[in-house]
Amino acid sequence: MSFSVFAVPIIVALIFGWGLYKKVNILDAFIEGARENLKTAVGLLPTLTLLMLGVGMFRSSGALDAITRLLSPITDALGFPSECLPLTLLRPVSGSGALAILKNILAENGPDSFAGRVASVLMGSTETTFYTIAVYFAATKVKKSRHALPSALAGDITAFLLSSLAVRIFLGFTVR
Amino acid sequence: MIGYLLSFIILGSVVYSVFAGTPAEISNAVISSGADAVSLVLTLAGSMAVWGGIMKIAERSGITDGLTKILRPFLKLIFRGLKKDSEALRAIAMNVSANLMGLGNAATPLGIEAMRALEREENPGEVATLNMIKLAVMNACSAEIIPATVAALRAEAGSSAPLEILPCVLLVSFASLAVALTVAEVLNIGRKNEL
Repeated sequence: MSFSVFAVPIIVALIFGWGLYKKVNILDAFIEGARENLKTAVGLLPTLTLLMLGVGMFRSSGALDAITRLLSPITDALGFPSECLPLTLLRPVSGSGALAILKNILAENGPDSFAGRVASVLMGSTETTFYTIAVYFAATKVKKSRHALPSALAGDITAFLLSSLAVRIFLGFTVR
Repeated sequence: MIGYLLSFIILGSVVYSVFAGTPAEISNAVISSGADAVSLVLTLAGSMAVWGGIMKIAERSGITDGLTKILRPFLKLIFRGLKKDSEALRAIAMNVSANLMGLGNAATPLGIEAMRALEREENPGEVATLNMIKLAVMNACSAEIIPATVAALRAEAGSSAPLEILPCVLLVSFASLAVALTVAEVLNIGRKNEL
């Protein structure tokens, strides 16, 4: 707890301090970095609109709840919050889709609930696996990526299984 | 692919809502989804701008370069069989430090450069080498020191401690990375002649 409270201010102070010491033009650098990322964020909007439409309709129709309830015996046995299941399914395929689902989970269950925490950990510790593998090999002449995808998915499954355990260990066993 | 998947989800949702008696709810979802998307992007844009700015200072002041130097010896243990002054290893180290710093925009081009350098040095033809697989796998596993995007979404949702998940994220990231790399190594046994 205390560690995570201090991590961000210390890192920010170190970076600004070191930047001053190295005589970096702080204003220039900050503005350029902020501009790059703002462009990226705005570029996400058209895709996210479609994904929010899909996720919103899926959830409000009640279909998401029905599927979650259907699969809850399995997830309960693993100690995994069933609310996070849609996130695990979409995360490797679509980064924006996963963001839309995470926003929903946080709004529905609260960010500090067990499900909210597990969803946050899962989102923070995984990547858009399929997309990444495709992009990396597309840059080369390699046609057979061999066991790249299975290995990466083994990592995703590990994250899926470990996320609820990690939340219990670091944020308390008494959940909800 | 995502287009088909979403069309299927949307059609399924409409059909389900007819049986579940939730047409009013689903209508509201259609109307509000655009605004939801904009508010999500606004939340993300703010935090991404802040971290983009801070990390650009880190990049220009040489912190990313320093991290690259620290990482090299460790990366040598993972990416074996490369020459001493390997261009690829240098690019890989830069890619990994950019990832750790959360510089997504910088990490991808560096990673692709590293992939091409590996291709030049290992000359694999059409079949991926173990080092290429490991590099792609490393990038498909997230390793960020500060999960800024998730923290911003948590803060917006009213979390009392948006960054309390930090130790969990670090543990899960590195454990999943370790598993993924081990699996990559194990599945390569018996194919050593292919590097």
